[in-house]
Amino acid sequence: MAEQIDMRSVFIQELASMMDADPRILIVDADLAKAMGTLGLYGGYRERIINVGIAEQNMICVAAGLAAYGYIPVTGTFASFASRRVCDQIAISVAFAKNNVKMFGADPGITAQLNGATHMANEDIGTLRSIPGLVICEPCDAASLRAAMREIIYADAPVYVRLNRKAAPPVYQDNTPFRLDEAVVLREGRDVTLYAGGIEVAEALKAAETLSAEGVRAEVLDVHTIKPLDVDTVVASARKTGAAVTCENHNVVGGLGAAVCQALAAHCPIPLEFIGVQDHAGEASPIDYLIKKYHMTASDIVDAAKKAISRKQIHT
Amino acid sequence: MDTLQLKETCRRIRLLTTECIASRGLGHIGGSLSAVEALVVLYYDVMRIDPAFPGMPGRDRFVLSKGHSGPALYAVLADRGYFDPSLLRTLNRPETILPSHCDRNRTPGVDMTTGSLGQGFSCAVGLAIGSQLQGDQANIYAMLGDGELQEGQIWEAAMLAGNRGLDNLIALVDWNKMQLDGLVEDVNGIMPLADKWKAFNWDVIHVPDGNDVEQVRQALRQARDARNGRPKVVLLETVKGKGVSFAEQAGVNSHNMPVTEQMYLQAVAELT
Repeated sequence: MAEQIDMRSVFIQELASMMDADPRILIVDADLAKAMGTLGLYGGYRERIINVGIAEQNMICVAAGLAAYGYIPVTGTFASFASRRVCDQIAISVAFAKNNVKMFGADPGITAQLNGATHMANEDIGTLRSIPGLVICEPCDAASLRAAMREIIYADAPVYVRLNRKAAPPVYQDNTPFRLDEAVVLREGRDVTLYAGGIEVAEALKAAETLSAEGVRAEVLDVHTIKPLDVDTVVASARKTGAAVTCENHNVVGGLGAAVCQALAAHCPIPLEFIGVQDHAGEASPIDYLIKKYHMTASDIVDAAKKAISRKQIHT
Repeated sequence: MDTLQLKETCRRIRLLTTECIASRGLGHIGGSLSAVEALVVLYYDVMRIDPAFPGMPGRDRFVLSKGHSGPALYAVLADRGYFDPSLLRTLNRPETILPSHCDRNRTPGVDMTTGSLGQGFSCAVGLAIGSQLQGDQANIYAMLGDGELQEGQIWEAAMLAGNRGLDNLIALVDWNKMQLDGLVEDVNGIMPLADKWKAFNWDVIHVPDGNDVEQVRQALRQARDARNGRPKVVLLETVKGKGVSFAEQAGVNSHNMPVTEQMYLQAVAELT
């Protein structure tokens, strides 16, 4: 059975398990150990945890130095501070210097909820995606996060992970194989492709059910890794369906939609619609309110899919 | 090395540094020349390194956080045998191993990629923590510019190092009193400098003449040998462009200035 467990617990369980087996793995915190859940590891691994206090830039570069010394440092803070605040540190001391830090950014996009605009990273992917050599991924549920953790920690690259700390609707069965470089076709279809990431994967699957009842066969992809994008799988689906919607918990500028758009423009131009935050700041509200206000629900995806399909007919 | 040998090495490094920059016609000569004595003392006297084995585990590390002074470090590394000194004439040429700012993946002997000011010092704190975790007894040296101290990240790193008592970490401030836009004290002053570091729980060693090789040697040996639970900072009062008259006379403008082959020959005449 798929797990009904919050993703933060999965993050901590897998991290602890890997730390037991590999003394190179260290945690570098910036006064969010309680929020990230790493505080629970302080007892058992005290000397392997460095809490730098409220100093995210220092956190990233200290971790870079530890990586240069042969360690595998894992950093954690909110996604906004793990990206916007430390962009140059990631670009130079981590990515350019080839210091393979594993950076977890919690509460991406509207999952920041009541923390509001300052903590609502709707531009973390866009900020980091143009940095060469950086891997960016967002597992959408507990099972895929569990499977992804080993790939993330042992990837020969720096990795930025969007981490939704809360329980997410199960999408994968336990022990499903997971590869960072392979997007997953969750549901096959011939009429439209729904490229989804993070919390929008579950919405896209719901949308596909609704569309199915109306005779529209939607293909759903979990594009968990935005960089490097699995261009082959993305393009193959576009060739099959001829119309698509990108569904992301991020600004439509610079995120999954932009990455998919670039790949399709080069290899298979088709009508595309973009579900996500429409280039505005976030705000403090519950997620069930924001997902409706920002038109990111399954129902919004259904409408966008129909629009994409209608444009396909005009084009052909 | 005795004092005379160190002085002779500094003379040679100044020539190589100037040649390196003159080969490209332009470069960060002022802050390269002010740092020569400290670099020479580190690489010829104080640090535990092996040029034949640049990746030696447990070796001391050096981070040139003021990464724009790369040419001086390259001159030292070449002279010490990390790579062929003829490569010094490839500074900033296409596919060179010697870029204007330090790149750990490109240059043998360079321990950290730097150039975005403030970051290298933070990375050095990470190296120092890494060494303590491994218990390998390595010392980590980081050279900072005085203007670089205006970066907020420097003080994030200093606070952490002070609080953790990283006594294997030694910071050197190349205190030449000048930055790109003018005198440091005019742009955004850093005084009282010793008090700042003390307030961050660092031991401070003040070197009145950071271009006097014997003063520098005594200070760096003292910093290295005092494993007393506190990080050390060595404040080196230096002269920007030291030892080459056109660079010294350019003052603030020596930060990044044209250096022709003719100017290099003038430096040769002055230094020989």
